[in-house]
Amino acid sequence: MNPVSSFKPLKNSYQQKIFGLRNIFSTKQFILLLTLVLLSPLSWAEEALPVAEDPAIEKRMLALSEDLRCLVCQNESLAGSRADFANDLRREIREQLKANKSDQEIIDFLVSRYGDFVLYRPPVKPATYLLWGGPFVFLLIGAGILFFYLKRRRKQIEEPPLTEEQHRHAETLLKENKGNNA
Amino acid sequence: MIPELGNFALILALLLAITQGTLPIIGAARGIPSWIALARPVVQGQFVFLAIAFGCLAYSFVSNDFSVLNVARNSNSELPIQYRIAASWGSHEGSLLLWVFMLAAWSVAVSVFSRHLPDEMVARVLGVMGLVSVGFILFLLVTSNPFDRLFPAALEGSDLNPLLQDPGMVIHPPMLYMGYVGFSVAFAFAIAALISGQMDAAWARWSRPWTTVAWVFLTIGIMLGSWWAYYELGWGGWWFWDPVENASFLPWLVGTALVHSLAVTEKRGSFKSWTVLLAICAFSLSLLGTFLVRSGVLTSVHAFATDPTRGVFILAFLVIVIGSSLLLFAWRAPKVGLGGKFDLVSRESMLLANNLLLMVAAGSVLLGTLYPLIMDSLDLGKISVGPPYFEAVFVPLMTPAIFLMGLGPLARWKQASLPELMLRLRWAFGVSVITALLMPFVMGEWKPLVSFGLLLAFWIIATIFVSIQQRLRNSGQGGLFAKLAKQSRSYYSMHLAHLGIAIFIIGVTLVNGYETEKDVRMEIGSTVTMGGYTFRFNGASPVSGPNYKAMRGDIDVLRNGEKIRVMQPEKRTYNASGMAMTEPAIDTGFLRDLYVAMGEPLENGAWVVRVYHKPFVDWIWFGCLLMAFGGMLAVTDRRYRLKMHSKHVETAAVEDGKRVTNNNTGLATGGRKA
Repeated sequence: MNPVSSFKPLKNSYQQKIFGLRNIFSTKQFILLLTLVLLSPLSWAEEALPVAEDPAIEKRMLALSEDLRCLVCQNESLAGSRADFANDLRREIREQLKANKSDQEIIDFLVSRYGDFVLYRPPVKPATYLLWGGPFVFLLIGAGILFFYLKRRRKQIEEPPLTEEQHRHAETLLKENKGNNA
Repeated sequence: MIPELGNFALILALLLAITQGTLPIIGAARGIPSWIALARPVVQGQFVFLAIAFGCLAYSFVSNDFSVLNVARNSNSELPIQYRIAASWGSHEGSLLLWVFMLAAWSVAVSVFSRHLPDEMVARVLGVMGLVSVGFILFLLVTSNPFDRLFPAALEGSDLNPLLQDPGMVIHPPMLYMGYVGFSVAFAFAIAALISGQMDAAWARWSRPWTTVAWVFLTIGIMLGSWWAYYELGWGGWWFWDPVENASFLPWLVGTALVHSLAVTEKRGSFKSWTVLLAICAFSLSLLGTFLVRSGVLTSVHAFATDPTRGVFILAFLVIVIGSSLLLFAWRAPKVGLGGKFDLVSRESMLLANNLLLMVAAGSVLLGTLYPLIMDSLDLGKISVGPPYFEAVFVPLMTPAIFLMGLGPLARWKQASLPELMLRLRWAFGVSVITALLMPFVMGEWKPLVSFGLLLAFWIIATIFVSIQQRLRNSGQGGLFAKLAKQSRSYYSMHLAHLGIAIFIIGVTLVNGYETEKDVRMEIGSTVTMGGYTFRFNGASPVSGPNYKAMRGDIDVLRNGEKIRVMQPEKRTYNASGMAMTEPAIDTGFLRDLYVAMGEPLENGAWVVRVYHKPFVDWIWFGCLLMAFGGMLAVTDRRYRLKMHSKHVETAAVEDGKRVTNNNTGLATGGRKA
């Protein structure tokens, strides 16, 4: 392998520095240096560039698109999908974030363009009151029924407690009957 | 010829199912022994004919008979043989045939393993299963015949959906259906009990193992589905709250409630009518789930409405099954009796409260799943109900349920004392709080939600320890191992299943809290580092599979500069459909998964690559497996095996530690406090 050709795709300042060094060292020394550099496995590898340029914006974009629906997919979020539609919309969101729009502004924009369908968190409005309130209603009704059922059940099963007198009476009856029944 | 044979076998199976659904039930009501005796042979006959029908369909797929519409639509001559077999249940028609076939298999199992039950009971149970079978076979024959021919025959099939061409998909649907269909046994037992009016602890004991086995299958089925989504959909999610997933989760939630309610009915004779209602619910939701997924109503309400024959049949069938069983319930349930008395603070009440929470959770998931469909069909606008909704609803409901899960096993039946419980559990509580507060620091960063999730998990684990320790202390003489061996399998199975929940929660919490993801442009030779691992991209090369072409990436994984393995994610394009699929490469580990997926190609052999570091993600599925294993262990408990020898058990003596109670004395002693 030609060590120089392996540098071809590199175009950063680091590389220019090495080529600058070539004038100072002899070719032999340069090759020796290069071998040393190549022997440590990571030193020549370039750290891959993230697709996103700005990590802060990317983080916000991902958080936003997590809760948005990729409209052309079978139930996938914008964050998860790699369909063209999702790629485009993610780019759109990224650009709007760069233009200093707030999260809410971007969501409003998307809803005005695509409707509520794009939101995985359905908006609270008259048509969705039942959706958002339903679980509470279920819990209240369920707990209510459970409570009254248990109360009634206890009454149904519970015999009235015996008075002291009845108790004694029962005991004497039991004693009397003992001999007969045995 | 073969498809016609299959069709004919299906018609014969229908006739047998009609016999099975009528004569034994009438025989049991009128006391005609010969009709009662019909149940078992008819069930076995129906199974044989359904097996023939299913075999014919599988044969058509394997032999690439594209003159069958179903085969032409869902297979392809290039499709590898294992996927051709799996394709027989890949379509709507085929999956329904699998459904009835499994119903027949469960019925045969009931007919074989029920020798110790009264014959009238078996006749009624099998009769009810026969009626369900009638409905399904009719649905197949009338609206969704898998053997319909295509004239003229197609030269080539249009291929099985590439998403389904995966080993996980080969076993996921049968497992799930085994669970769905298994609840039909619990349902049939419940209906039989309502018809006969005989519903005591013995009844609960008969139906309990069947319910547990169904629940185990459903648990494994859901787990496989989740795992499949994780490694097949290419972005490393494991649960999407997708309507299809919810459809399988609903019967699971209700089935879980049912398993617990049955425990109370067996041990204490209480909750009988509630148990019956849950059995009806669990099976109804299984039916609903099958139809939701299979009818296409989820993909598009309007496409579904344009071809209403299936929809009308489905709705009619659901209304008949649910309506008639609820009517029967309303008529007979008040007569079943109340069972033993218990206080507001007792194990019974806690189980009932947990049941309530599970049912409310199921109701909410059902609401969220159906709401967009209802709104759409009423023209109220299209909305999406996704993970944010379900998480907001589900987590608050499950939190108290998990708290009770720790309390319940330690509380006494009938009457427990809160102060005493608090005293016994104060250490468990303290330990779980402190561990939950400290653990996130070990992971590198303290996050409130992580701490909260871990608190739930550690609470379960700590209470399990307390329970076992106290149980051993009360187990008389002997060394530690002798005492451990003394405990019943059902006791261990409960803790194992609960431990599964804890492991599951740990997995979910940690992967949600600490997973990292990088979306990078990788030049040949470039690297990306995350979670202490370095990934070096060596380029991608073309490979060709049996029915697809792919670009396969070659990525070295390095740790501390040393190469530990090679990962080869693929980007596939399937020949027949032209569909592109991402096939990620996953390095599975005890503490973390490394997950690499190929994105799009760039110039100079570079690719967009997505790399994930997912700590503890496998604990999610391992937890599910533990739950399933707990269920299996419960079924092998001694008391079920002993039953094989003694016929006709009128009163079930219950071995709950020291106390022996039966249903009637439970009622009689109700007034006195033991």
